[in-house]
Amino acid sequence: MPKLTIALSGLNNIDSPGPGIPVIRGIRDSKILDARIIGLAYENLEPGAYMHDLVDKTYKVPYPSDGVEPLLERLKYIHEKEQIDVLIPNFDSELFTFMKSEKTLREIGITTFLPTLNQFEERHKSNLPEYGKKYEVNVPYSEPISSVQDFLQHKEKFEFPVVVKGKFYDAYMAYDLDQLGMYFNKIASKWGLPIVIQEFVKGTEVNVVALGDGNGNTIGAVPMRKTYITDKGKAWGGITLEDPSMLDLTDKIISQTHWRGGMELELIRTAKNELYLIEINPRLPAWVYLAVAAGQNLPEALVRLALGEEVKPFQGYASGKMFIRYSFDMITDLDEFEKLSTKGEL
Amino acid sequence: MPKIRKNIAISESGFVFDPLSGESYSLNPLGLEIIHLIKNGQSYEDLSEVLLAKYEVDQETFDRYFYDFVATLKQFNLLEVETDA
Repeated sequence: MPKLTIALSGLNNIDSPGPGIPVIRGIRDSKILDARIIGLAYENLEPGAYMHDLVDKTYKVPYPSDGVEPLLERLKYIHEKEQIDVLIPNFDSELFTFMKSEKTLREIGITTFLPTLNQFEERHKSNLPEYGKKYEVNVPYSEPISSVQDFLQHKEKFEFPVVVKGKFYDAYMAYDLDQLGMYFNKIASKWGLPIVIQEFVKGTEVNVVALGDGNGNTIGAVPMRKTYITDKGKAWGGITLEDPSMLDLTDKIISQTHWRGGMELELIRTAKNELYLIEINPRLPAWVYLAVAAGQNLPEALVRLALGEEVKPFQGYASGKMFIRYSFDMITDLDEFEKLSTKGEL
Repeated sequence: MPKIRKNIAISESGFVFDPLSGESYSLNPLGLEIIHLIKNGQSYEDLSEVLLAKYEVDQETFDRYFYDFVATLKQFNLLEVETDA
């Protein structure tokens, strides 16, 4: 296979990491792909930009909230210099912009492998009850609200504690109305409205990373339980599980929705052994390298699907494979920071 | 006799891994010995006879500790679920 140029975002390998670096590690591990990696960074201090063993070149890009046009202009500039073959956006908050721009990107020669707008929209946290009904999946009761007053209208449908969730990120447990109001303001100021109030389902949080081919087939899926959770709710450690019911649920969702691209299912297993779907993240998660280590190189498969190749579903994975995240003080020089912050390239 | 779930992994050192829940546990040497006897399909009478001969313990005390141990295994979902015939 000729050398590919793959551009991707999510280089913020921090305490609440983006999936960029783990996705790159999967691509670097591939025995099929030979790739030049172009990092797309929103901030000057995204660690991935300075990890030259993983990222060949990094370009600053404008935030999607600045509008589609500035982002596309910047991508066209990068494409002229780098001839990007495949683009992998790794943030929930930028996916909408990239999905809207899919055709434009394709016309200039950049391929992506993203969910459709319909798939993306219907799995939104605020639409989860309808999603559960439509696809016959257990979901906790939830209501999107635009103010605390809104919540008061639905108050009788909830029992404290409830989970207060942002539309893209962040989730907090609120044990009373005061806490709910506090978290509402905290999340709304960061991620905007609506805020989703979700019934709290007691149990063990388990997750699945999966890849759908867009035709209803599950190319790969690996279940995991977080063994160490940070105060931001992120996995600092995890272990792969051998759980047929989680895989059945994943197959059911992918086959019914014809999911296209990477996804992460966030599930709760109750004491009665029932699985509740609490969230679908429309991209590969930051722990995807665990799946690679367990035998399913999902980033590699995603790139191959983007290139239009036929990819056969993975058969099995190793259960009991663990990851332990760690922090590391990477040393760099001021001129590196200077290049990225002044020229927007490193 | 209770049965240990088939996919439970038990190492020689007594480390137990449940791949369904992702939980792991440590057995002491006696716990490991009992688990092996259970896994080998020993009846309670045979198992009891082996351990009473090997350790200084009376039948009543052994019964009590054995059923405590089995209750713990059950609590951690390490046993096959018994179904009514």
